[in-house]
Amino acid sequence: MEPTNIAAPEYFHKVVDCQWACPAHTPVPEYIRLIAAGRYSDAYMVNWRSNVFPGILGRTCDRPCEPACRRGRVEKEPVAICRLKRVAADNKDDIRDRLPGIPVQKNGKRIALIGAGPASLTVARDLAPLGYEIVLFDGDPKAGGMMRTQIPRFRLPEAVTDEETGYITEMGLDLRLGQRIDSLKQLLTEGYDAIFVGSGAPRGRELELPGRQEAAANIHIGIDWLSSVSFGHTDKIGKRVIVLGGGNTAMDCCRTSRRLGGEEVKVIVRSGFEEMKASPWEKEDAQHEDIPILNMLVPKEFRHKNGKLTGVVFEKVQAVYDAKGKRSLVPTGEPDPFFECDDVLLAVGQENAFPWIERDIGMDFDKWDMPAVDAVTFQSAIPNVFFGGDAAFGPKNIIWAVAHGHEAAVSIDKFCHGEDVKDRPAPDVALISQKMGIHEWSYDNDISNDQRYRVPQRDKEVSLKDVRVEVELGFDQKLGYAEAERCLNCDVQTVFTPSLCIECDACVDICPMDCITFTANEPEEELRHHLQAPANNRTQDIYVSPELKTSRIMAKDEDVCLHCSLCAERCPTGAWDMQKFLLDTTQAGPACRSR
Amino acid sequence: MTYIPKPKLHHPQLPTNKLGFTHRDYEGSISTLCAGCGHDSISAAVIQACFELDIQPHRIAKMSGIGCSSKTPDYFLGNSHGFNSVHGRMPSVLTGANVANKDLIYLGVSGDGDSASIGFGQFAHSIRRGVNMLYIVENNGVYGLTKGQFSATSDKGSKSKYGAINGDSAIDMVSIAMQLGATYVARSFSGDKSQLVPLIKAGMSHHGAAFIDCISPCVAFNNHVGSTKSLDYVREHNETVNKLDMMVDHEAIVADYAPGTVEMVTQHDGSVLRLRKTSPHYDPSDRIQAMNYLQERAAAGEIVTGLLYVDPEGTDLHDYLNTVDKPLNELQTEDLVPGSEALKKLNESLR
Repeated sequence: MEPTNIAAPEYFHKVVDCQWACPAHTPVPEYIRLIAAGRYSDAYMVNWRSNVFPGILGRTCDRPCEPACRRGRVEKEPVAICRLKRVAADNKDDIRDRLPGIPVQKNGKRIALIGAGPASLTVARDLAPLGYEIVLFDGDPKAGGMMRTQIPRFRLPEAVTDEETGYITEMGLDLRLGQRIDSLKQLLTEGYDAIFVGSGAPRGRELELPGRQEAAANIHIGIDWLSSVSFGHTDKIGKRVIVLGGGNTAMDCCRTSRRLGGEEVKVIVRSGFEEMKASPWEKEDAQHEDIPILNMLVPKEFRHKNGKLTGVVFEKVQAVYDAKGKRSLVPTGEPDPFFECDDVLLAVGQENAFPWIERDIGMDFDKWDMPAVDAVTFQSAIPNVFFGGDAAFGPKNIIWAVAHGHEAAVSIDKFCHGEDVKDRPAPDVALISQKMGIHEWSYDNDISNDQRYRVPQRDKEVSLKDVRVEVELGFDQKLGYAEAERCLNCDVQTVFTPSLCIECDACVDICPMDCITFTANEPEEELRHHLQAPANNRTQDIYVSPELKTSRIMAKDEDVCLHCSLCAERCPTGAWDMQKFLLDTTQAGPACRSR
Repeated sequence: MTYIPKPKLHHPQLPTNKLGFTHRDYEGSISTLCAGCGHDSISAAVIQACFELDIQPHRIAKMSGIGCSSKTPDYFLGNSHGFNSVHGRMPSVLTGANVANKDLIYLGVSGDGDSASIGFGQFAHSIRRGVNMLYIVENNGVYGLTKGQFSATSDKGSKSKYGAINGDSAIDMVSIAMQLGATYVARSFSGDKSQLVPLIKAGMSHHGAAFIDCISPCVAFNNHVGSTKSLDYVREHNETVNKLDMMVDHEAIVADYAPGTVEMVTQHDGSVLRLRKTSPHYDPSDRIQAMNYLQERAAAGEIVTGLLYVDPEGTDLHDYLNTVDKPLNELQTEDLVPGSEALKKLNESLR
C-alpha cells in the first residue's frame, strides 16, 4: 500500500465517524467533551455554528451520526449523541450575546427566501450577519416550517422552536409571514440579487382506493392533519384509528392520535417491520404507547356506510426475492382481512410541489418534473435562483436541510461577489498535540465502560393525556456526564512519525484493540488479512507508514481504535502522538471567497 | 508506564482458543516498566504462547526474583499461580515447588542481574538438576533499576550510556546452560516475536530443563550507539540459525520446503517442532557442535539466535529421583504410612 497522506483533510475527518456522517459536519466529540466539562453554552455554540438548531435537533434529528459511531462497533450501542446535544441546549445560559452582530450598514444585496423552514433559516443565519438584506416569505403565520407544523409538540415543545427560530428571525430580517409566493416569475421581477427556494415537500401523497371519495370526511392526509393539530385547528379524532404508512410521519400520526382520543390506534404497513422507513427508536416509542404495528398488509378498499367510514380492507402479502435480490410483495392468497375504524390517517409519503414555478422562465425540469438543481452548488438553471432542503432533492430531514442551507449560502455569497459558485472552499482544519505531560493528555482518555443510558421519559399516564406535554425528559446533568464519558474522542488522532520509530513493539503490545501491526508491505487486500486482528470493515481505512528501518511498515486499522492514547504513552520516542483534529466547514463570508 | 488501566474492551473479531479464551484473557495487570521496554514485548510473547497452547491459566506457576525482569510476571497471566522470591533465589523456590507438585507448568522469569550475578549459583544448580521448567532470562546487559551499570552479561568493550567501556568478560548464559546439561536451549530477541513465541511454546512443552536467553534492549539505559544490546545492534548482528514452528496436534504440514531444509523433532509429550533451517549446516541435536558454533560466531561479533540445542527425550529431576507418579503434595497419610503389613513385606524382600 502507498503510505497514508495524513495531510489530506479527508483522512482524519473520516476517522471521526460521527462528524463525517453528519451532513452538516458538526464536530461531535468536541462538543461532547464540553458537555462533560459542564461547559454547556460552549457546547451549544459549537453546535449552533454547524447545525443551527441544537435544541430542536437534540430532540428530533434523524441522527445519521449514531449508526456511524465507533462505540457501536466496539460494544453494543453508539453514544447517545443526539440526546447529548439536547443536554447542551437544556443547560446553557443565555447565549444571545454570543450570536453574531448584524451590521447596520448593509452590503446592498437583497435576497429573497421562500419558505421559513430549516433550509431558509440557515441561509438567513449565514447571510444576515454579512450585511445582506433578507426577505423571508412563508404561507404560515410563524417561522419554522415543518419543524413547527409537522413535528408534534410532545416531541418538540413550541418554546424550543420559538427560541431557536427566534435567534434568526431577530437578525433584522424582513419577515413576510402569512405571505405565500404564488409566482416565481413575479418574484424574479422584484429585483432580488438572489432567490433561495426552501419551500420543503409540502404535499402529502394521496391513496386512491375505492371508497376514498365517499368516506373522505374521515380520511386525512397525515402531514396536513399534523399541521392542523399543531395550529390548534384539530383537537380530536375517533376512538379507532388506522394509520397507513411506515415512516416517521406515520409514527407521529399514530402517537398524536393516542393523545386526541384515539384508544385503538394501529399502524398498518405494506412492508415488513425491518424495512419500515421509520427510525427504530420512533417505532419503539409508538409501541411503548400501546400502538400495534401490523406488517405485510396492502390497503385495498375503504369501506363506508351512509357516507361514513367503517373500516379498511387489506390484502395479505409476502416478500418474494428474485435472482437479483429484488423484493416484490406477492399476495398470499389468504382471505382479505378487514379492520374496523373511525378515522384513517394517510402517511404514505410526501412530495415536492412547484405549481408556482412557471415553465417559461428558464428553469430546467428533470424527468420527474422537478427543477434541476446542482448537487454541490444548489444552483438552478436560473443562475440567481438556488434551492435547498426538501425542495431541492425531495424529502430528507432537518439536518440535511441545514447542510443544504450552509452550502447554498456559500453559493449565494460567491454569486453576489461575482465568483464562480463551482469553486468550493476547503474546510478549516487544525491538528494539535494533546500532550500535557509524560502521561497526561488534555482530554479524558480513560473512557467509561458503561453501556448506553436510556433517556428518562414522562409517565405514560400523564403524557398520553395532553398532546403538548413532552414525553422525553432528557438527560439531566449527571446522566449527561455519564453518557458523554462513553465518547471515544475519535477526533483525537493517533499520529505516527516514522522517523522517530525504533520498532520496539511497545504500541503493538499495549493496544487493547490489536489495531497496530508492523509487517511487510503488501497490497491492501492481502494486508487486511495479515494484521494483528483481521481488518474486515472495508469502510474504515488502514493507516500505513512509509518503510521503516527494518523495511517493514506500520499498519494501523482505524476501525475499532479507542483513541485511548496507550500507544503514545508506551512509545519511548514519541513516534506516536495524540493530536486533536478539528475540522470546521467554511461558511459564507470572506473565507469562502477566493479574493 | 501508564496512568490508566488498559481498557477491558477488545477487538470484536478477536480469535479464541480451544478454551474459549482470547489472548486478552492471559494478560496481567498493566506494566509499570519504562515505555518501550523489551521486557514488555517478552510478556506479550508469553501471553501469546499460552493462548496458542490452550493452557488453562491455573495450570501455570510463574516464579521470579528481583529486578525489572522479575517484575514482569505481574504483567501477564493474571489468573496463574505466582511467587516473587528473594533476589537470585527464584531457582530454589521453583525447584521446591516443582518437587512438591510436578503437575504444574513452571515458568521461571529472571534477568541478567538476578541469574548471572547474585543468583548465578542458583541458576547453575537448577539447570544441572534438570528441573522441569522453562527458565527465561530477560537479558538487557545492564542494571536498569539502579540506573544502568554494566551487568555480568554485558559484552567486553560495550559502551555504557555515560561513556564508560566495559572491561569485564561477559557471561554467556546460553553456553553455560548447554554445558550444565539443559535439554532445551534457545536464544531470541524481544524485537522478534515471530521467533520468540514458538520458542516459548516449545520450551513450555519440553520435558526437562528448558532455557531461553532473550536479549531485551533497555530503552532507558542500553539502547545507544556503542551498546551491544541495543535494538539496532542486535538487528544488525543477529544470525538466526533456524525458524521454529510449533505444532501441538500433528497438524498437516502445508508449506512445501526444499529437501534438507526442514527438520521435524517430536518431543516427549508428542508435540512436534518443525525447524526451518536458515543456516544449512547447523544441527540443533548436536550439543558439541552447537557449543563450538556459538563460540565461533561470538568471536566474529555475531549473535546467534534460534533453537540452539534440543534433546527431545529430555529427562527431569523427578526421573532421577524416581518419585511416584502422583504429585507429592497430593500424597495422603495412607500413601505415606502404609502400615505394618507393608513394612513386613519390605523387610521380607530385603532378607
